[in-house]
Amino acid sequence: MLLYIIRRIVYVIPIVISVALVCFLLVHITPGDPLVAVLPADASQELAAQLRAAYGFDRPLPVQFGLWLGRALNGDLGHSIATGRPVLSEVLRAVGNTVTLAIAAAMIGFTLGLLFGLIAGYFRDTWIDKLATSIAIAGVSVPHYWLGMVLVIIFSVELNWLPAVGAGPGGSSAWAWDWAHIRFLVLPAITTAVIPMGIITRTVRALTGDILSQDFVEALRAKGLRETAVFRHVIKNAAPTALAVMGLQLGYMLGGSILIETVFSWPGSGLLLNSAIFQRDLPLLQGTILVLALFFVALNLLVDIAQAAIDPRIKRG
Amino acid sequence: MTVSPVGTLSDASLQSAPVTAARGYWATVGRRLLRDKVSMACAVILLLIFLSALLAPWLGLADPYQGSMIRRLRHIGTAGYLLGTDELGRDMLARLVYGGRLSLLIGMLPVILAFGIGTMLGLIAGYVGGRINTAIMRTIDVFYAFPSVLLAIAISGALGAGIVNSIVSLTIVFVPQITRVAESVTSGVRNMDFVEAARASGAGPFTIMRVHMLGNVLGPIFVYATGLISVSMILAAGLSFLGLGTKPPEPEWGLMLNTLRTAIYVNPWVAALPGAMIFAVSIGFNLLSDGMRSAMDIRN
Repeated sequence: MLLYIIRRIVYVIPIVISVALVCFLLVHITPGDPLVAVLPADASQELAAQLRAAYGFDRPLPVQFGLWLGRALNGDLGHSIATGRPVLSEVLRAVGNTVTLAIAAAMIGFTLGLLFGLIAGYFRDTWIDKLATSIAIAGVSVPHYWLGMVLVIIFSVELNWLPAVGAGPGGSSAWAWDWAHIRFLVLPAITTAVIPMGIITRTVRALTGDILSQDFVEALRAKGLRETAVFRHVIKNAAPTALAVMGLQLGYMLGGSILIETVFSWPGSGLLLNSAIFQRDLPLLQGTILVLALFFVALNLLVDIAQAAIDPRIKRG
Repeated sequence: MTVSPVGTLSDASLQSAPVTAARGYWATVGRRLLRDKVSMACAVILLLIFLSALLAPWLGLADPYQGSMIRRLRHIGTAGYLLGTDELGRDMLARLVYGGRLSLLIGMLPVILAFGIGTMLGLIAGYVGGRINTAIMRTIDVFYAFPSVLLAIAISGALGAGIVNSIVSLTIVFVPQITRVAESVTSGVRNMDFVEAARASGAGPFTIMRVHMLGNVLGPIFVYATGLISVSMILAAGLSFLGLGTKPPEPEWGLMLNTLRTAIYVNPWVAALPGAMIFAVSIGFNLLSDGMRSAMDIRN
């Protein structure tokens, strides 16, 4: 097992370097001079050259990448152009709020998805199956930012039950697990949960159906096992794949939160990314995307290892 | 079908054989799809949305750009404004119908482009194999290290707002996904006897890929791409919703949703209309893709 873990980690290294390269190149595909955001419009040629040298933009690209990567490995992602604060601390503070949102959404989406998927797969082609499948397909097809708006219209505008935007009373962004704060979490979490709910329902339904049609289930029933015990075998067999899908979905929720955070003004990494894009704050843009992508890679690694740990059918050699 | 010894077959019965033989694969799939009520309903609805977007200027609608300060945010059902008016007093019905033009274009074009590029890359990687496969597939892996929403927004954000940039960024998001599907389907077909036979009879790799393999791998890739249109519609409108796609005053569903956000306290249900259009198209393509997948699964 240890050997397997080490091999997986070694395999991830080139991916991490390529991810860093993509993030590095992002700044260089931007049209115009990367200095345009810091340089005053009437700057002289000398000042421009001076700044270019100060930021290292006068060196060849591979050298720039090497230097940038070296600093990034030491936790230095540069400074935000808009606020002047270190990018890494800005990103990490925002990521905390995104993690809160993703965990709340995962609790809702994964529970419902597993429940609907198991029931739909077990009662295949009955009205229960059709209902669960319809909910799932609506979940994967709905533009989630629009669903967020509709929920705000119903629960904030019409009923006035829950707040429409923000992450705490008085616009505070410090999170706490009390009702005053959780009220703000309800609508964004439900909105975020809809896609994973749909995808997990569909995956688990298909898995359950496949497993139930295998010969060993017939054998279990033939030897007189009760249906509840048969069901336990189904869950055991579906678990590794379901776990992998859930891990991937958690990653999507962390990395793809920008639209929902924009709708609800949730002060997480997505909202940070949004402001970085529109203020042309390139170091912040680069840093946020790098951190989120690395989170995603790390999560995938963990899922692979967890899957190998619980599934004896996966070769660990 | 009756089984008769070969010797007794007359010329006439040989000639009539193709008629009595089983229908071709695609004809069977088509018939199965036509009998699927859900898929057909989706196809009809999508067709209506397409036609209305295409024929918008000839439908006798109001001018989608013509606003009015005195008739802003009329409610749904107001006389003369069937679906109300938006925050600048423009007719919502007209803007929703006209909005289909850009929304469908920026939602579907990335998938169509990625379908072409991804199929080509996957076919080459799957058929040629070896180092070329490794080079293509390892490059693809890098893009899988980003959640697709993040990748689309990162590229769009770096390139700047605009329709072309949003189409480019979404194409980059979908090419790896289609390439993976195309590669795995191609690898499955590569070692089949008919490919071996073509190779033995002297066909070059290009001919084999184009003539013998393309037809066999296109089906599953096409179904996968149809499902992607749903995601693409949501993401494309999402980019416009963030302000990274279309620019005002163009009617486009994502952008309309964004500009109407300010109106949700005044006229909430008019503000929600453009999203309902995105939802309708997205769920339509999803159900159609599901229908095609089960229609192609002949074994059941």
